[in-house]
This record gives sequence, structure tokens and C-alpha cells, in this order.
Amino acid sequence: MQGNIASAEGALAAGCTFFGGYPITPSTEVAEHMATRMPKIKGACFIQMEDEIASIAAVIGAAWTGARSMTATSGPGFSLMMENIGYAVMTETPCVIVNIQRGGPSTGQPTMAAQGDIMQVKFGSHGDYSIIALAPSSVQECFDLTAKAFNLADRFRTPVFLMADEVIGHMREKIEIPDSVEIVRPKPLPEGALPFAPGPDGVSGFAAFGTGRHIPVTGLTHDERGYPDTTNPARHESLVRRLVSKIEDARHDIADYSIVNEEAEYVFVCYGAPVRTVREVVERLRLPDTGYLQLRTVWPFPEGLLSRFPKVKAFIVPEMNLGMMAREIERHVSVPVIPVSKIGGDLHTPEELVEAVKAAGGLL
Amino acid sequence: MRDDWLREDRLPHIYCAGCGNGTIMNCVLEAVEKTGWDQKKTIFISGIGCSSRAPGYILTDSLHTTHGRAIAFATGVKMANPSLHVVVFTGDGDLAAIGGNHFIHACRRNIDITVVCMNNHIYGMTGGQGSPTTPIGKTSTTTPYGADEAPFDLAELAMAAGANYVARWTSFHVKQLTDSVLTGLNTPGFSLIEVRCQCPTSYGRRNKYREPVDYMTYLKSHAVLKEKWERSAAPGTELPVDSFLVGEFVRRQRPVMGVPDEA
Repeated sequence: MQGNIASAEGALAAGCTFFGGYPITPSTEVAEHMATRMPKIKGACFIQMEDEIASIAAVIGAAWTGARSMTATSGPGFSLMMENIGYAVMTETPCVIVNIQRGGPSTGQPTMAAQGDIMQVKFGSHGDYSIIALAPSSVQECFDLTAKAFNLADRFRTPVFLMADEVIGHMREKIEIPDSVEIVRPKPLPEGALPFAPGPDGVSGFAAFGTGRHIPVTGLTHDERGYPDTTNPARHESLVRRLVSKIEDARHDIADYSIVNEEAEYVFVCYGAPVRTVREVVERLRLPDTGYLQLRTVWPFPEGLLSRFPKVKAFIVPEMNLGMMAREIERHVSVPVIPVSKIGGDLHTPEELVEAVKAAGGLL
Repeated sequence: MRDDWLREDRLPHIYCAGCGNGTIMNCVLEAVEKTGWDQKKTIFISGIGCSSRAPGYILTDSLHTTHGRAIAFATGVKMANPSLHVVVFTGDGDLAAIGGNHFIHACRRNIDITVVCMNNHIYGMTGGQGSPTTPIGKTSTTTPYGADEAPFDLAELAMAAGANYVARWTSFHVKQLTDSVLTGLNTPGFSLIEVRCQCPTSYGRRNKYREPVDYMTYLKSHAVLKEKWERSAAPGTELPVDSFLVGEFVRRQRPVMGVPDEA
């Protein structure tokens, strides 16, 4: 099965009933597959919107009816979605956005892989906020992580991103599709509770439109009733701090990762397609003194995992960008962080990673 | 009875004295009540601008969204749950400038929503900039020497793009407006009700309609009933300068999207 199709199937397994999208390479197969499958599912809706701004808007609207909603896109479309992604954050709307990354900036390389949107996904909309981003490195993970994204979106009432890339999206691998996937729906809004009053975890209960709760939803800074209150600094500060902390405080709970060889001196930190080359080097070539941390959750960044390697001499970070996450890692550790940046669309070769370990002082 | 639909704890509203938006809201709520729709199943959606503050004063579920995108959000709500009744409040800048693409595509899809456009020819919320419906020669903060771009005719645009129901009235024609909104709500498919209205603060002040009643008087005297004009004017005759047609522009039954399945 192809990665993009696995992502669509993962969404359907999780009960996704609304897809709004716009064609863009290399994500289009997600929409095409949904267009084929959804009309045959009772109560499900596929709609091709007029652009990506409309796609994410329709997804957010559908989410407020209680539907599990999703869109899929790539770089240029992702940029267009940014304003409404901020709206989803501010209104605490659960939804899933798949980004099959390609080379940028601008139209760049439509058919080549990249990881250049990994900072945009966290910082691309204006204002302070936090989101959850997952990164698959295989077709199986496209399925599993897309299904999981819906649970995280509902649990934390936030947009959740599947940050794949052209290689992962277009590769074909054999996968195992479970009979059913775990489904966690949002906490219901307790009777009599205000619609934006947080529970102990900082997350409010959810009530769908049409259920008689008369919820006023606005992107303006609002109180717990949902009423605009835009000039009260304390109100804005407490709202935005809550939107950030409900996710950041749960970062180690949200973290999905693999660790291989905690005793390693040279530790690869990787996510997405480069994981494949790292596994080749560490697990198959058994390069001495090496290990790795694979992040399936990229944001919120689970920095505590970096302290799981007591003998580490250097972290080596292969990325298909000019060293974006390497900088994030650098601010949490005292040992050297060595980015292995590669752009243009090709994956890292095992030789390039071996050279990086040597340059870091290993393999002597 | 209409009080049941208002969030009284949000009053007073933000509209300036003499604004036409309150009148239009009142007409829309009167029409909604006449439909007999369940308040629980009625959703008001808006974008950004003075018009778009209206849903916040109405006691239903509502989405106050991003600038220009109300119709796209409404499309998601209606397609995901066609049993909901969806009404969009928008303005001339929100609908025809930043939201123009969503507007024509919703007309083309003929999605079953009703859009009420409060057309005051100006960006009121940001202090009176020119909009795509500012008439040629009229003054705004961004057309200080008079607008020199041709304005959109919103009703003609919706009709050409495929909407099932299109009407235009003004804030003076409250009875006709209420009737047209009711027809729009009851017509399957996309309905646009354009309402020309006064903005004394930002438009009137700069264009010799300082008092609210000045622009109401203009609306009354320059609105030409479409039916009457087509009956009496020789074919090809141009409307008198500054006049505009009001009335029902189209009522038809093209295929629609977003209505509940018959089954």
C-alpha cells in the first residue's frame, strides 16, 4: 500500500467522516482515495474545495458538528492554511491536517521530499500557540499515526498534524491493518458548564453544534462563555497560556518514540524519512557506539528523552532541511549537536551518516 | 418572542448610532422565526467586519470566523450535518473582496445556505476604507479623491454564478426584506439577500449623508423595483444615475448540495 493511501485508510479506520481538500502534489492521492471511499460510507462527506483556505475552513466547520474531519496538502497549500490553523487553535477545534512535505520555498520541488515545514507547523500562524505534530517514517506509521492523530486532536481539542514527506507518502510497503483502532473522543461538555471553561488538564469539554448548547465560537480573545473580551490583558494572557500549557504540560505523555541503544556515545535524533537511513546504519550495519532516538511526536518536543543517553558524546541530527530540529535539540543539551542537513529531495545515504559519526569523533 | 433568540447579556451591541445592521438583523430573525426552525438546529456563521458581529448577539450555536471565509466554514458545517439550518451574515468587503472566491463557488455548488450581505459600500470596522462596492466617485479613506474602480453588483454576480435565490433590498424596505429572507431560508440551495444599508459613521460622514436618515432617504428614492422597471422601461434603457434595482432577481430549482437525504 502507498503511504498516502495508508494515511487515508488510517483516517477512515479512526472514523473520519469529513474530508475537505484541494489537489496538490505530492499529497493528492490522499484526497483521491477519500473521494473514492467516502461516498460509500454512510454519513461521510468528501468535498473538493476551491482552495486550501476553504479546505481548512470547511474542515473546522465540519468539526464543530462533531465529525472527525481532515484535510491533506503540501507546502504551498500548507502556507495558505496558516490563518485558519490559528483559528482552529484559538477556538480549540479538533481536526487533522496531513502535510506531505515537498521542497520549498515557494513552488520549489513539487515531486521531491523535504522536511522544511517542521518549524512552520509550530510557528507558521501568528501569535503564541502550541500544536501536536507527528512524523511517520514508514507506510505502517502513516496508517497508525493518522488514526492516532484524531485521538490526540479530540483529547486536547487542537489541530494535529501528520508531517510526512514525498518519499514516505509515495513509497509502497506491506502493512498490517488492525481489525479496529483505539478511538478516544473528546470529553463531553458537562451539563451547565461554560463551553470554554477548562478541566484540570486545561482542556474544555466539547459539545457539537445542534445539541442545544448555543456555543458562540470566535477567533477573538474570549471568556469562558465564548464572548469576545479583546482589551483585557489578563484575559488574553490566561487564555493563550492555557492553550499552550494544555499541550506543553502533556509533552511526555504525548511523546511517541523509539530508542535503540541507550548506551550509545553517538546518538542519532531523527524523525520521518531519515529514520530509515539511521536504522540501516545502527541496526543493520551495527555501527559501533551508535544508537538513535526516533521521534514520532515532533511537537510538543519531548526534550526529556534526550537525557536517556548517559554516555552520549554527540547528538547527530539528519534532516531534509538546513538543520531545523537540530537547533531545537541544541538548546536542551550540553554535548555537541551535529546537523546532517540535506535538501534537494534525496534521502541521506548510509555513508553520509557514517561520515557524520567519524566527524563527531567516533569510529576511531 | 424574538427576545428568545437574543443574547441579552451581550448587550449593548457595538454598532454605532444609526447603523443599518440592527434593522437587518431584526428582519432576519423575524424571518427565521417564521420558518419555525428549531433554535438548537439553527447556526449563524460570519467572517470579519461589522456585519460579522451579528451572530455573537444571537442565542444559537455560531461561528465568528476569519475574514472572508464564512461561506467556506458554512460549507463544512452544512455538508457534515445537512439537518442543520445555516445562515451567514457578511458584508461587502468580507463577501466580495477577500471572500469573493468562496462566494462564487458556493453559488456554483448551490449549497443549501442563506447568505445575508449587509452592503454599506465601505469597510466600517477598520474606519472607512473603500470596498468592491464603493460607487465610482464616492469618498473613503483609501479613495480620498473619489473611487475610480467599477463596483461589483453582488446580486448579478450571485445569479450568474448559479445561486437558486437572489434578492436585493435596502434597510428602508423592512417588510420586503423580511419576506425575501424568508423565501431565501425556505428555498433549497444557495440564497443571497443583498441589503444596501447606511453607515453614517464611515460612509455617510464623507459622502454628504451625515445623518442616518439622509442615506435612508437616498435608498428609498433611488431604489427602483425590478419588476416595475422591466415592465415600464424600453428595452436597453439605462437606469438613472445613482439608481439601482431592488426586488427578487431569481428564484429557481437548480440541483443543490447539503440537503438531508430523502431516505
